[in-house]
Amino acid sequence: MSSIFDIASSAMNAQMVRLNTTASNLANVDTVSTTEEGAYRARNPVFKAAMVAAGATPGRVQQDGQLPGVLVQEIAHNDGPVPMRYEPTNPMANEEGYVFGSNVNAVEEMANMISASRSYQSNMEVFNTTKTLMLRTLQLGQQ
Amino acid sequence: MAINFDKALGVHEQALQVRAQRHEVLASNIANADTPGYKARDIDFRAALQKSAQSSAGQLRLLSTQANHMSVSGVGGSNGPAELMYRMPLQPSLDGNTVESHVEQAQFADNTMRYQATLQFLSSKFSGLKNVIQGGR
Repeated sequence: MSSIFDIASSAMNAQMVRLNTTASNLANVDTVSTTEEGAYRARNPVFKAAMVAAGATPGRVQQDGQLPGVLVQEIAHNDGPVPMRYEPTNPMANEEGYVFGSNVNAVEEMANMISASRSYQSNMEVFNTTKTLMLRTLQLGQQ
Repeated sequence: MAINFDKALGVHEQALQVRAQRHEVLASNIANADTPGYKARDIDFRAALQKSAQSSAGQLRLLSTQANHMSVSGVGGSNGPAELMYRMPLQPSLDGNTVESHVEQAQFADNTMRYQATLQFLSSKFSGLKNVIQGGR
């Protein structure tokens, strides 16, 4: 039962990474750049089910009959098109007077943020419940 | 007559083990609620308990060749993992993940309650034994 602590904390860790990328995306929603390559692109973590419990080979792909936790495989960049705006007064504008914004979708990020926060709460609940059950099991027969 | 823990505790010892296993499976499901392609799994409690009770009652027991050998339950594979089965999602999602948070949370709460009920049963068995040993004092 103690592997639940590893599983739940790996999930909380992954959700925290997701919350961090969301914060970074939302902070850069209005960032502009002179070049298209320099524009900020939204980042999103990619989750993978993998063995996380102590004793198991970390990061090994899950096998039959084993219970996986969550691992952040990579932080993927959104390669979608970045908006080009005509702002000749902007100090970041290029010779033609254009700036390149970021391709962050604020609505998507807000939804992501709430989902990550809810998942974090669920795993916190799992962690606490397991702790209570283990404590009660330890006290078995003492009353 | 010697006090035998196996007989005194009945099925609750195995039940607690299967409940703990199911607790782990459900925790893993909740952890992977946002992992693409993850398939939610569960244990059939009835089948797992039957398998666990059989293996500790019947086959694969330690031989006792001397009168003072103690009987050990739980050696003959009753600790082996129960068979995991895949859950059928009510509303499958596009990324291949079949975890439905509300279902998992309900099952988790249910399993927690039943685990505590089993603990309560074990606890009262122990206090009964204690009462007998102390002669009702």
